[in-house]
Amino acid sequence: MSEFTATNTAGNVVGDSSRYYVTEHHPENGTLLGFWMYLMSDCLIFACLFATYAVLGRNYAGGPSGAELFELPTVALNTAFLLLSSITYGFAMLAAHRGAKSTAILWLGITGIFGLCFLGLEIQEFVHLIHEGAGPQRSGFLTSFFALVGTHGLHVTFGVVWLVTLMFQVGKHGLTTENIRRLTCLSMFWHFLDVVWIGVFTFVYLMGTLP
Amino acid sequence: MSDHSTHNHGHDGHGHGHGHGDHGHHGHDAGNHGSLKDYTIGFILSVILTAIPFWLVMAKVLPPNTTGIVLLAFAGVQVIVHMIYFLHMNSKVEHGWSMMSTIFTVIVLVIMMAGSIWVMYHMNANMMPGMMDADTVHGAHDMP
Repeated sequence: MSEFTATNTAGNVVGDSSRYYVTEHHPENGTLLGFWMYLMSDCLIFACLFATYAVLGRNYAGGPSGAELFELPTVALNTAFLLLSSITYGFAMLAAHRGAKSTAILWLGITGIFGLCFLGLEIQEFVHLIHEGAGPQRSGFLTSFFALVGTHGLHVTFGVVWLVTLMFQVGKHGLTTENIRRLTCLSMFWHFLDVVWIGVFTFVYLMGTLP
Repeated sequence: MSDHSTHNHGHDGHGHGHGHGDHGHHGHDAGNHGSLKDYTIGFILSVILTAIPFWLVMAKVLPPNTTGIVLLAFAGVQVIVHMIYFLHMNSKVEHGWSMMSTIFTVIVLVIMMAGSIWVMYHMNANMMPGMMDADTVHGAHDMP
């Protein structure tokens, strides 16, 4: 209660309007902690998919196995794209905190290009698999594979959409407090996806290739 | 808590027209965005920690079972490296709540992963050939 009144009195009345606008904004850390909670719950989604893959990953139903399907050089290239995009996002954040707007946008753009390269390769891989008759309906292994890797790919897709949005936001409004906060959230999201990818390439691709 | 509310008031004073607020802003949430050095160390470590597993599998250096365990170990270390150098995790961020929620998630995750793998493998072991054979043998005996 006391907290509520405290925020109310702290709020500003904007203009002469009869409305009472509470312009008080929450402490910045609140958003970041909340976003972290979201990431942790997202982590549980991935954990479910990883568990499914762990259970079904060797049920080939007489179809192709991971060792026959996976092309490790492509996966290595994909991993490199994602890792590079992680560090370029880091550079974007450093530039943003320095207040260097155009540098930040440039690094964001480079990050987005790496993200798109990653997605391009992944889509190509999926199309290739489906054309070979190794689509998600082929076996338990492929169902869980497409579910896990596809979900990660969707996350990256939305990450890229968010990134492009923020490039325009920063371009238009500059590095305001809000934009820095948004960039920080996307930064956590992007690095988190990289962490999930570590699990994917180790557990799915590398261990799936082992006999 | 009182600490927080004073913080708010401070904010409000200048955060009111948002455009000019941002420069003076960096001071108090400092500490959880890394430096160039952090990112570089993190990047180099992750390149090494990624390259070795790929090399181990592609060059077939070790026997498969050992490789599996080594791969998981490398992945574990790399996740921690990313947490520290890219996500700037430490026990002080958000007064320790980030760390708490992460530990909680990891515990749930381990229980879920280990539990489902354990249960499902046992079910497989109990349903699969050995058991089936025993059943069919019995069945064959009972059948006229």
